[in-house]
Amino acid sequence: MTYDDKTLARLADDAAAIISRYPVPRSALLPLLHLVQAEDGFVSPQGIAFCADQLDLTAAEVSAVATFYTQFKRRPNGEYQVGVCTNTLCAIMGGDEIYREVSEHLGVGHDETTPDGKVTLERLECNAACDYAPVMMVNWEFFDNQTPASAKQVVDDLRAGKDVAPSRGPAKVCTFKEVSRVLAGFEDGRAHEDQGMGEPTLAGLNVAKDQGWKEGGK
Amino acid sequence: MTDLTPVLTATWGAEESWTLKTYQDHGGYGALKKAFGMDKADIIQAVKDSGLRGRGGAGFPTGMKWGFLPPDDGGPRYLVVNADESEPGTCKDIPTMLNSPHVLIEGAIITSYAIGCNHAFIYVRGEVVHVYRRVMNAVAEAYKAGFLGKNIQGTGYDLDITVHAGAGAYICGEETALLDSLEGLRGQPRLKPPFPAVAGLYARPTVVNNVESIASVPAIIDRGVEWFTSMGTEKSKGMGIFSLSGHIEKPGQYEAPLGITLRELIEMAGGMRGGKKLKFWTPGGSSTPILTDEHLDTPLDYEAIGAAGSMLGTRALQIFDETTSVVRAVTRWMEFYKHESCGKCTPCREGTFWLTQILRRIEAGHGTPADLQQLLDTCDSIAGRSFCAFGDGAVSCVVSGLKYFRAEFEAYVDGTASFDPADAALFDYAVSTDTAATDAPELAQEAHA
Amino acid sequence: MTATADKAGSQAVETVNVTIDGKAISVAKDTLIIRAAEQVGIEIPRFCDHPLLKPAGACRQCLVDVASPGPDGNLRAFPKPQASCTMTVTEGMVVNTQNTSEEAERAQKGVMELLLINHPLDCPVCDKGGECPLQNQAMSHGNAESRFVDVKRVFEKPLALSSEILLDRERCVLCQRCTRFSDEIAGDSFIDLQNRGAMQQIGTFNEDVLGFDGYGPVGIAAEDESGGAFSSYFSGNTVQICPVGALTSSAYRFRARPFDLVSAAGISEHDSSGSAIRTDHRRGVILRRLADNDPTVNEEWITDKDRFAFAWQNMPDRLTRPLVRNDEGDLVEASWPQAIAAAAAGLREAVSGKKAKGVGVLPGGRITLEDAYAYGKFARVVLGTNDVDVRTRIASDEEQSFLGSSVASTGLGVTFADLERAPSVLLVGFEPEDEGGVVFLRMKKSSPKQQVFTVAPFLSRGAHKLGAQLVEAVPGYEGTVLAGLTKAADAVKALSEPGSVIVVGERVAGAPGAFTEALALADRTGARVVWIPRRAGERGAVEAGALPGLLPGGGDVAVAKARKAVASAWGVDDLPRTRGRDVTGILTAASARQLDALVVGGVQPTDLTADMIKALKAAKFVVSLEVRRTDATELADVVLPVAPPSEKSGTFVNWEGRLRGFATAIKTDAMSDHRVLDMLARELGVDLGTATVDAVNAELVTLGVLEDSARMAAPAVEAPAAKAAEKAASVAAGTKSLTLASWHQLIDEGSLQEGEPYLAGTGRIAVARMSPATAEAVGVKEGLVSVQGTHQSSIDLPVVITDMVDGVVWLPAKSPGSWVAATLGLAPGDSVSVKGGV
Repeated sequence: MTYDDKTLARLADDAAAIISRYPVPRSALLPLLHLVQAEDGFVSPQGIAFCADQLDLTAAEVSAVATFYTQFKRRPNGEYQVGVCTNTLCAIMGGDEIYREVSEHLGVGHDETTPDGKVTLERLECNAACDYAPVMMVNWEFFDNQTPASAKQVVDDLRAGKDVAPSRGPAKVCTFKEVSRVLAGFEDGRAHEDQGMGEPTLAGLNVAKDQGWKEGGK
Repeated sequence: MTDLTPVLTATWGAEESWTLKTYQDHGGYGALKKAFGMDKADIIQAVKDSGLRGRGGAGFPTGMKWGFLPPDDGGPRYLVVNADESEPGTCKDIPTMLNSPHVLIEGAIITSYAIGCNHAFIYVRGEVVHVYRRVMNAVAEAYKAGFLGKNIQGTGYDLDITVHAGAGAYICGEETALLDSLEGLRGQPRLKPPFPAVAGLYARPTVVNNVESIASVPAIIDRGVEWFTSMGTEKSKGMGIFSLSGHIEKPGQYEAPLGITLRELIEMAGGMRGGKKLKFWTPGGSSTPILTDEHLDTPLDYEAIGAAGSMLGTRALQIFDETTSVVRAVTRWMEFYKHESCGKCTPCREGTFWLTQILRRIEAGHGTPADLQQLLDTCDSIAGRSFCAFGDGAVSCVVSGLKYFRAEFEAYVDGTASFDPADAALFDYAVSTDTAATDAPELAQEAHA
Repeated sequence: MTATADKAGSQAVETVNVTIDGKAISVAKDTLIIRAAEQVGIEIPRFCDHPLLKPAGACRQCLVDVASPGPDGNLRAFPKPQASCTMTVTEGMVVNTQNTSEEAERAQKGVMELLLINHPLDCPVCDKGGECPLQNQAMSHGNAESRFVDVKRVFEKPLALSSEILLDRERCVLCQRCTRFSDEIAGDSFIDLQNRGAMQQIGTFNEDVLGFDGYGPVGIAAEDESGGAFSSYFSGNTVQICPVGALTSSAYRFRARPFDLVSAAGISEHDSSGSAIRTDHRRGVILRRLADNDPTVNEEWITDKDRFAFAWQNMPDRLTRPLVRNDEGDLVEASWPQAIAAAAAGLREAVSGKKAKGVGVLPGGRITLEDAYAYGKFARVVLGTNDVDVRTRIASDEEQSFLGSSVASTGLGVTFADLERAPSVLLVGFEPEDEGGVVFLRMKKSSPKQQVFTVAPFLSRGAHKLGAQLVEAVPGYEGTVLAGLTKAADAVKALSEPGSVIVVGERVAGAPGAFTEALALADRTGARVVWIPRRAGERGAVEAGALPGLLPGGGDVAVAKARKAVASAWGVDDLPRTRGRDVTGILTAASARQLDALVVGGVQPTDLTADMIKALKAAKFVVSLEVRRTDATELADVVLPVAPPSEKSGTFVNWEGRLRGFATAIKTDAMSDHRVLDMLARELGVDLGTATVDAVNAELVTLGVLEDSARMAAPAVEAPAAKAAEKAASVAAGTKSLTLASWHQLIDEGSLQEGEPYLAGTGRIAVARMSPATAEAVGVKEGLVSVQGTHQSSIDLPVVITDMVDGVVWLPAKSPGSWVAATLGLAPGDSVSVKGGV
């Protein structure tokens, strides 16, 4: 199983662009694996072989890297990766219950995909949005201050094919493949899309404003 | 009452705050202009004099780190910005890059210029795609405006910045693991020495700095060392972003001088949720030993928090009230460390595996009195024995948890503990009886984790 | 330790004074604490540490307390124990190991406990039991009882990394010696760490094990064409350095307990490197072979062929009694006296009978120095002929001149250490990995610092791993290519660096002018030339004079002075005066009935382009000295069984010119060739004086080295014209004729690898290679290509389009489905006809 000539040529062009960003080609491996996910929806064995070819590595060296990082998926991923943070803070603030209810609602467990191929559920580690706990990430976009109901609504909408907007981020959540391509370093033109900042982001700033504290000391 | 001091966060509320235009409207890239007029050594000296300490957790003096670079040998040297913000509780760099990426870019240019680097890298964790978009966009804008590329602003100085997405590995926040990851390897820590300053990225002299450290540089250059040192305490200078999360009324980002206290911050944040009592908190992420309400007035600076038996870390203040089970919190943290242990060294790999099993048993009510000693003994076999600081960080929640709340652990062992997880949640729900929230994922599943 | 020892002479070693467990010692600066401790006899427990691998600091077993003087001169203790395998000593450092520091002992006990929580208690059934560092250290430094009461990590077991290497993951302590060896030493990163954290494991890219959906590329699309994921030629070393029983070999698994084995030191018979090995046997049967530590030669590494290929000598077709052809024409067992008498009678007839046409002698290339000496002396003194040639491969007079002038009796020339230190190396007709084994490892050690150039049709995987630059050559035109290297050529510039080396291999014999030009290039650049033959016995045979024109001591048979010196030492009047026939000449003569008899040692007819079977059939009388029944023994009139290397003593002279003596590992009544020839000579009325190894060596010492005027002149053969080379390196559309390129893969169907299917499974899949333009010209797209030579039969292999010289098709010399000499009757440089789409 390998890519057809046309696909291979296109991927090779992308790979060349990625490799050119680095003084040493091997640095391109993580973005190349993101690129493979953009193509196949997961790190496919053909993608492993592709990366190995591009960088003159063995397949074992590529899988060594691919299996180290949790974002690299080994089976076809759902169109949407739904991750519920169950690290301590989010878990305690309700993340455990959100995960439990979403899991029950979808009928899938950790790293499992709904039969329609739409949603892959995942327990997430801390995603650096603790001030918005409990947090859920869909294709690595922020869904802040979740409740079991809001989370279930999100997955229902995703499965129904509706556009879903994150709490902070672009106008809508892109597909797993689209997002993977961004992570490979190819801009998708959505950088200026914005859902506004949440209250926690501006919490300190607002206090300072209310108090009339001058920015930055004396 | 200590005043908040919004510097890095100052423009976050502005219209399209992430754009070059907004940043420049607020004086952005003025520091760069100033820096280009300075001697490189003076820039480094200014950062040294400012007392700026690494904002990524370790608190190593930033200017000193730059000063470790060997003399220019004509070969490349690199700046790598550690934007792999992953320490549980830490959520300051992500909003910085999301809302004001140019302050990071400007800081990176000044730093690169000062240390003689022509190719800088920003390693952003992969799980925040919009942040990655914003940073890539900011870099593109900076190229367009002539702040990056060849002959920047007519100075003859060249700089490229590559924005690199990680792929999900907490350990890559460790600077040498980050370098390996950036080189396309498994993100496992390297032997030190050689330190990155001598042999870092591609075995060349390299400075690795946290986002907030680099973002602090423009203000130091722009407003001067004195301005910066007017904030903070004797050995902990300047401002920093304090990230409050958990059981408080208004969690969020509070930029304040180092040395502010938790009591002050909680007050600014509207107090504890529902007026409940503070039980325990982390001063700088889950790798810093927990503290309790005894420490409400301890100045949040490196020295005082250190003296209190913890570390300032990333100023990730995770605040838990009396409804929270310490055993549950510690167990979940340990599951995190087990999941994120890179596997390189025995103590961390095997130790977190063991601790997780013991803690899960205790939480499930199957612990034995001997388990508590075993927890401490196993922690002792990890702390100070592991290859990198991950091991020390991993056990600090257990050791400090047992230090302050041993009775609670004992209560779990003798079956008298009673915590309703629903009490700690932000929403109401009835605890399901059929599935414990902490059901352990099967080992088989973890094989793919 | 070994690395620094070599360099010690060139620079003064800076030393520092340290104290370890109260013992003061002065050691070289930058010595690791763990090595320094060894020097004062203190063993710090360790797993990941290995002196020939880069420090890892992964297992944390070797933690010790360290204090070193601060800027004020006062001793300052490190706040926590330090890994002694990664920290180097500094002046005034004070180290306290587990022997003198409670903290260090506690730290080590803690690590040991953690190492054991997931380790199975299967020592009683584990192959490592009895020689296991983990077992030993757990006994000496661990706790008696485990405090771990939870669930152990378990894995499906064993996992076959290749047909030969098995992995029991639950035993693995993740020290990464195996992956570090594969990456740093062998350059074969076919295994690497997989997964993360507690589930981290050693492994290949195995979709099933790692849970990848779908199937990866297999067969010729895989990186090494092996189809196997860990087909490194050096994979067995990982088993030997594994500090636990995680890696085992299929060949040895569950066969023996180490304490039931008898060990004997030896020298590998598989190539010309003379690698030190250890043979472990039990009740007369070899159970396994291991690398011995010889820093000057193979360090601690051997090839998988050295390690695993030993079953051949105990195959059912092993000859134990002499055979004599009876009147009915059947080979039947006979007593030694009967067989010797029959052999003597036949040879006597061929030497001195009516119209006797004489005897040709083909000793084969795998014999010891002593055997080669006996064959040469037997030919000259007993049979009165110079028709003796140890080379059973492509050979030429030019090569003989080169060997006579530049190799024979030159003593220790370029060494492994020289090769390692060489700033640049030019390879001519030599593939270090396939044809040199540990030679490759030494060069790899210097990669990428060492500049390597290879005159070859394409960059082989081994050459690629050395970072070699290809100097494209069509086989047969290597001489032309060398002659064409001008001052401006990168290779010439690089070779001008003092210490550079030109390596010529056995295939150079097929390229007219190549030896001549290699010597000329050496003159031009100051580089030294070294000949690295493939077979273990060839250098010894050159020293012993088992070549048609070469006498022991380096003398040329055509030079009276040389003959006289040797004749007088041998106590005979004179020796045959003209150079004899070479291997092809001998076989051709026998086929044409211009020779009456043949004395044949370990020669496989399938290795030769000349029709040996025809020659054996045509010869009136054939004496065969063999270990096992072969096609040659089946056609012999008398078969005299001889001992395999493990059952005899003797000397291999390795390519360096280093004498590699070895004692008998397993005592049997099997005799060496030299002893058998001595008996035969005695029967023919001559005291050959080769009954014992000692006797032969005494004679060799007496002979000494002949003076230069008694030696052969250096070769002076003109290489083909540049135009012809250019033409050969081009391809016209529609052509069917290409030049053949070929060499032996290290793991192939060589006769000494028989009986070891697990090893065979790690060999690379046989493929044919040609350049894109060549493939197009001959109309081959994909699938099989059919190559035909002078015989009816063809070699049909899957084609791999390779970046290589045009006009050439490459085939492995003796791999499954590709026995080039036997099937095509051709050697590299010959023309073959090729067609695709078969």
